[in-house]
Amino acid sequence: MTTRYFGQPIIRNEDPVLLTGQALFTDDVHLPGMLHVAFKRSDYAHARIRRIDVTAARQRPGVVAVYTAADLGAYWKPGPLLVSPPPVKGAVFNTRTQVPLVRDKVRHVGEPIAMVVAESRYVAEDAVEDILVEYEPLPAVVDLEKALAPDAPLIHEDLDQNLAAHIIQRKGNYEAARAQADHVISRRLYYDHGVAAALENRGVVAQWDAKMRQLTVWDTTQAPVPIRNGLAARLGLSESQVRVIAPFIGGGFGPKIMMMYPEEMLIPWAAMQLGRPVKWIEDRRENFMATTHERDQIHWAEIALTKEGRILGFKDFFLHDSGAYDPYGLTVPLNSQCTLLGLYDVPNYESEFKAVFTNKMYVTPYRGAGRQHGVFVMERMLDIAAKELGIDRTAIRRLNFIPPDRFPYNNEIIYQDFAPLVYDSGNYEPLLDKALELIGYEQFVKEEQPRLRAQGRHVGIGVVTYAEGTGIGPYEGARVQVETTGKVNVATGVGTQGQGHFTSYAQLVAEQLGVDVRQIRLVTGDTAEFHWGTGTFASRGSVVAGNAIHAAAAAVRKKILKMASDELEVAEEDLELVDGKVRVKGVPEAAIDLGTLAAKANPLRGAVKPGTEPGLEATAYFGPERGATASGVHAIILEVDPETAMVTIHKYVVVHDCGKVINPLILDGQIRGGVAQGIGNAFYEKVIYDQNGQLLTASFMDYLIPTAMEVPSIAVAHLETPSPLNPLGTKGAGEAGAIPVGPLFAQAIEDALSEYNLEILEIPLSPNRLFELMQEARARS
Amino acid sequence: MTTSLPIRVTVNGRVYERTVEPRLLLSDFLRHELELTGTHVGCEHGVCGACTILFDGAPVRSCLLFAVQAHGHELMTVEGLSSDPNHLHPLQQAFHEAHGLQCGFCTPGFLMTLLPFVQSHPDPTEEQIRLAISGNLCRCTGYENIVAAVKLAAAKLSGRPAAHLALTGHHAPSQGGGA
Repeated sequence: MTTRYFGQPIIRNEDPVLLTGQALFTDDVHLPGMLHVAFKRSDYAHARIRRIDVTAARQRPGVVAVYTAADLGAYWKPGPLLVSPPPVKGAVFNTRTQVPLVRDKVRHVGEPIAMVVAESRYVAEDAVEDILVEYEPLPAVVDLEKALAPDAPLIHEDLDQNLAAHIIQRKGNYEAARAQADHVISRRLYYDHGVAAALENRGVVAQWDAKMRQLTVWDTTQAPVPIRNGLAARLGLSESQVRVIAPFIGGGFGPKIMMMYPEEMLIPWAAMQLGRPVKWIEDRRENFMATTHERDQIHWAEIALTKEGRILGFKDFFLHDSGAYDPYGLTVPLNSQCTLLGLYDVPNYESEFKAVFTNKMYVTPYRGAGRQHGVFVMERMLDIAAKELGIDRTAIRRLNFIPPDRFPYNNEIIYQDFAPLVYDSGNYEPLLDKALELIGYEQFVKEEQPRLRAQGRHVGIGVVTYAEGTGIGPYEGARVQVETTGKVNVATGVGTQGQGHFTSYAQLVAEQLGVDVRQIRLVTGDTAEFHWGTGTFASRGSVVAGNAIHAAAAAVRKKILKMASDELEVAEEDLELVDGKVRVKGVPEAAIDLGTLAAKANPLRGAVKPGTEPGLEATAYFGPERGATASGVHAIILEVDPETAMVTIHKYVVVHDCGKVINPLILDGQIRGGVAQGIGNAFYEKVIYDQNGQLLTASFMDYLIPTAMEVPSIAVAHLETPSPLNPLGTKGAGEAGAIPVGPLFAQAIEDALSEYNLEILEIPLSPNRLFELMQEARARS
Repeated sequence: MTTSLPIRVTVNGRVYERTVEPRLLLSDFLRHELELTGTHVGCEHGVCGACTILFDGAPVRSCLLFAVQAHGHELMTVEGLSSDPNHLHPLQQAFHEAHGLQCGFCTPGFLMTLLPFVQSHPDPTEEQIRLAISGNLCRCTGYENIVAAVKLAAAKLSGRPAAHLALTGHHAPSQGGGA
């Protein structure tokens, strides 16, 4: 009997080095002669720079160099556009990407103006204080709705308005559907997603070896291969002269997939200029100001229904805050536009958005990547519809679910991967049933809630659903090699930020080769080991890289069987791979271990057959034709204290379907961590810019991420509807936990405070904001 | 230039003598002078707890202290629990078995906050555990498996069986590997 590895809750290979302080993070890189960088950053959101005086900074002892835009010469050029606009008819997209150092005008607080390189970080920060910048302040564009006003100040003066993009997508004919409807509901909704706040800030270390002509860069990036290619192009080097290592990374969640940040363009350049290693490590304040955010959208939504509650059509217009630049294209608003449709059969859809430039940090994906915004709009509109039509909120969802026999289901619009938004597979009613069972919906609504309400307690229940497009292309690759020691090496281009890749990927290889998971050494995110790939984003690691690793391991398995069949003189189908050996089924003593076979596959003398490849090694790639759609239901029971407006969570349930599960232990961890971020987003975290574009929440004292006191125990259950789009049948799961928590809170809080008759149309809430909403509701009634 | 001062600090049982600027943070001293990089820095304003170490046995934020304040004192960092991936301290082992970490960046701070706690609480309640870790931020796990890890660690350290914890690890406790 061969051991199964796929699907097992195996504890992680990467833990021991992390637990003993032996794992290498970027700031742990110490090199002889290393210099340290600090940045002079803009104090203003919008201002012309009149003069920069770095004289005193340059004279400070210990300072090696101070650079402004003028000192960069021909190296100064804006960053790349990472994601091009979608092939949608009539699409408008104005590319304006970030610059390495500001030349003439600052466009957000925290934008880098000058770079100091010194013998220590302490001296570098002293010298930053020596730099004098003379600004001519300009009025800041902060409010989304005012950004497109005719008198709004222009952030990019070569454009005639602050419009970053304009996209319209349609399915069917909304206006015709509306004319047939019994009931039409319109609302304005606001959703703000905030910042990722990974515990590790960003950082870059670069070393130029002038004699080897080799640049080595350690970077907290989720996309090491594209960073290498981008740096080579910028620096005039061959790609093979640049090695980018994304070592252990202390949380990614999206902003670390953004490329290239100004610091990523500058640190390697400075190392080459100065001939010494250069390190820059972001501090938390910089992280709030100068690592990308996700932030807000304002939606004007309209839903048209029959009196029974069936959706006939949905129309939505929204404004999306792009921030000062738009290097990540339209991934976030496209996700909002597409994910809004959820698990529902919406025959007619008209969605239009405008992305606007504002004087704030630019927006790129953060775990969920705009999906939250769309899910919030649809789920809230269904709640309102259920209330107005007198239908149970779970019943209206069930009524509109795409039935299992309608897959693949075509939504007839274009998704973030520019492929049609076609759901590959799904089975939604069992998800809802399971969630209702686990939360105890019937019992709570019929017995517990009336009993507690009679005691004067404000308890409420919430149930929401979501779809998540995951595992998008273009591709990832991997190389699998059996060493002569019998150990297995695996290399892939994606980086890792805590997702357990060293274990789940090893399980895929172990499954094929019959080798213990702990005998598999995995390298991720080092371009010297594998230099093809795009990165870790869009819940795609286990789907895209996972299937590439599976394919490479299967190819090695094939080589092993063929070779062993010759060696042992038995048919391939009579062989099995167990415990690091290939052996004859039923004759365990007739075996050859994989290390020996690997040595035979790499002869040092003699002749081989023509066309023979050395070693037990294979490289494979996987690129899905389109993303795999995961789905889920979250349910909550919570209590509100009407005196303080504080919320206490009594029970939280997630029922999730991400196809075949590789490692349930790791998967549940991903889901729970996502929910914790969702709870922060729903009730604690908010990025606040004042009317001058000053960031008021630039520390963990002001931006509150949940602690163990705010995040409850979370019950997680899985249903498995395999994806037909990849051999493993997997779908992505990294973002799922975080997506529907906002509307879940809104629904459950309304239920808990039913006598206030609240209609919550905004996220995040907070005790303060909820208290205000309660006061307003009281004043209305 | 600032005058430097000589200091003598015991870290993980080893005595270090160095001359440092008075403004040098203890966290930077440990990480960049002594190269004990297991102590991580997440916020440098005392909120996240990633830089927590033991100072004469009590958990403190090393980013809120100067190295000179540690003169004559005994410190312990995560490397003092065990710096050998093949031989984990029971508290580290419990985090491993309970999947109490993901990216692992906050983990050393949790471990150092928890060491005195598990030593003084042989059978802690969930409420006690959550309160004990409420000064440490984790952005990955949602805390649930950290709570489970603490229960397991307390059981390990007090010699109680931990069978009731229903841990899902497939393998027997790992004796090595590393990534």
